[in-house]
Amino acid sequence: MPIDTLDRFEVKYLRIIDENGTADPSVMPPLPDALLKNIFEKIVLARTFNQRAMSLQREGRIGTYASFYGQEAAQVGSALAIAEGDWVFPSFRESGVLIALGYPMRRLYSYWAGDERGMQAPPGLNVFPMSVPVGTQAPHGMGAAWAMKYRKEKKASITYFGDGGSSRGDFHEALNLAGVFKVPAIFFCQNNQWAISMPRQRQTAAKTIAQKAIGYGIEGMAVDGNDAVAVYKATTDALDRAKRGEGPTLIEAFTYRLDDHTTSDEASRYRPKEEVEAWRVKEPLIRLRLFMEKKGLWTREYEEGVGKAALDAVDREIEAYEGMAAPEPSDMFRYTYDELTARQKRELKEFGWER
Amino acid sequence: MEYMQREKISYRKAIYRALDRVLGSDEKVVFMGEDISEYGGAFGVSADLYRRYPSRVISTPISEGSVAGAAVGLSMTGYRVIVEIMFMDFITLAMDQIINHAANIHYMYGGQVSCPIVIRAPAGGYRGYGPSHSKTLEGLFLGIPGLKIVAPSTVQDAWGALISAIYDNNPVLFIEHKLLYNMEGEIDLDYKIGPIGRARIAREGADVTVVSHSYGTHLSMRAAQELSAQGIEAEVIDLVSLKPLDIGAVAASVEKTGRLVTVEEGDLSGGVGAEVVSRVVEDCLPYIDGRIVRVGKPDVPIPASIMAESRVLPGVDDIVDAAKRTLSWE
Repeated sequence: MPIDTLDRFEVKYLRIIDENGTADPSVMPPLPDALLKNIFEKIVLARTFNQRAMSLQREGRIGTYASFYGQEAAQVGSALAIAEGDWVFPSFRESGVLIALGYPMRRLYSYWAGDERGMQAPPGLNVFPMSVPVGTQAPHGMGAAWAMKYRKEKKASITYFGDGGSSRGDFHEALNLAGVFKVPAIFFCQNNQWAISMPRQRQTAAKTIAQKAIGYGIEGMAVDGNDAVAVYKATTDALDRAKRGEGPTLIEAFTYRLDDHTTSDEASRYRPKEEVEAWRVKEPLIRLRLFMEKKGLWTREYEEGVGKAALDAVDREIEAYEGMAAPEPSDMFRYTYDELTARQKRELKEFGWER
Repeated sequence: MEYMQREKISYRKAIYRALDRVLGSDEKVVFMGEDISEYGGAFGVSADLYRRYPSRVISTPISEGSVAGAAVGLSMTGYRVIVEIMFMDFITLAMDQIINHAANIHYMYGGQVSCPIVIRAPAGGYRGYGPSHSKTLEGLFLGIPGLKIVAPSTVQDAWGALISAIYDNNPVLFIEHKLLYNMEGEIDLDYKIGPIGRARIAREGADVTVVSHSYGTHLSMRAAQELSAQGIEAEVIDLVSLKPLDIGAVAASVEKTGRLVTVEEGDLSGGVGAEVVSRVVEDCLPYIDGRIVRVGKPDVPIPASIMAESRVLPGVDDIVDAAKRTLSWE
């Protein structure tokens, strides 16, 4: 008996703007100038926030911080595709996603300073707290999408994680369930090539992370994660499909972590300098700038103005964060359960923290 | 590698040397964990072991559950496996493999196979790492038959207990407190802790028994010094092993002092102190001559704010107060 081929698969990869800022007209979506400028401005804002966060950490004004430098296109491009009402499940590296969504930067700084109130999202912004454990948020994103399906809402969830997170059982179980129940969930992997000290090749023997979707019978797509327009298009398409009831999508954005894992890391111990330099010239702002210049949307004065506005905004937010009143210690007890237990009431009294 | 017979080294180094000795003398020992090779381990314990034993010191993908599962498979087929869990908080991701598989297999297979696995777990707070990177979870494992738990507080015991744990034929949870890693102490390479399950009298005293383990032992010793200055002599017992629990050592001390304080960093509810006190009450009620007090964390998550954290985790003052409260029934 001959060997039959039961099925064949391919892994799609989308890039629209190359490193020289040249767009491929066959895949370039008709984007309004205002949106392109918004992407550019949000990337500058996010990067400014990030730079200041690094300095604040070194000055002891916030705690350990995870930089997203180099990943701004993947974060801002995807975030601007998210519609009001969609639910976002970020990992700890997604400060840039939150900034693009309009999350108050003062709260992000306070979160990174150890104040849990910083992760209380303002009304109208459906953002879950950043997941510091790796990949554990994937089943949550799946469950939230399931709820949307039950409620017959035209909404979707988007769960962010990294290449390291794709090794977690939670990731696989979440993709599997999302496929079986055909829920409107997007799983957005920022493959930044390094999970602390482990390169992507040592995280999985698979050629791509996008192809893992095939095993779970869901859509999978790879995208140039440093091309903000390609990321925006891939995320928009996936969200549209999900909202049409066509099921989940796994997106793998190829990008690069230009900084250390966190401020507690020293990546030069395990990562070749040449590799970092090769990626540095591919960082997202360079090509967006060149592309916009060709379209007459970018001038040096424009960027200077955007940069100054971003710096002013970030400085104002830092000032607001540092002026925030300290949290009530009794909050620790109050938020452990929905109500205070008898034991906690007694403990509050013993601590002298009753109100 | 040759080491000096007696030397002053850090707790971190003592664990490194125990690992080195076992890996170097036994080809059937494998050490797995996240970022334990080039990165050197989250707390720098594994250091250069990966270069010296490249095929047996393995950095794994971020998959605590499946790594624990792989350790079960390896150990059932003739290997002794050491698994490093980056932070003890993440052990929850491997609970199924530890509780339902590693700890059960010897019983389920009628003694035909065993799972000699050591799960090394850096535990504890006081570092501002927040609710998901600071826990002390030994209480969760006290009721798991088939599992042993050790939590040494000294450099010498870290060395001895780790070697004993690796050569124990049962799965052993090995708890290392983050604040102990840099602590230095004397090590004697000939020292053998022997089978797991014996407590150590860290300080003798006649007025009150203070029972603790891991970093709590050091807090208790400092409290004992303060109490001594006030004329109260505390006997400090370092449990070393939490399962089996050397309740005989505790009972003998309580029969002498009549008073008991337990000190732990984990939750008081269902914690080590709860177990110690229950057993002491069962065993030595006629000898008890004062209030029994448990010192530990109240029922709240561990805050990231270091000021709040230092308030909810036990400190020397809490132990001093507790010891004084045992001296009266008021």
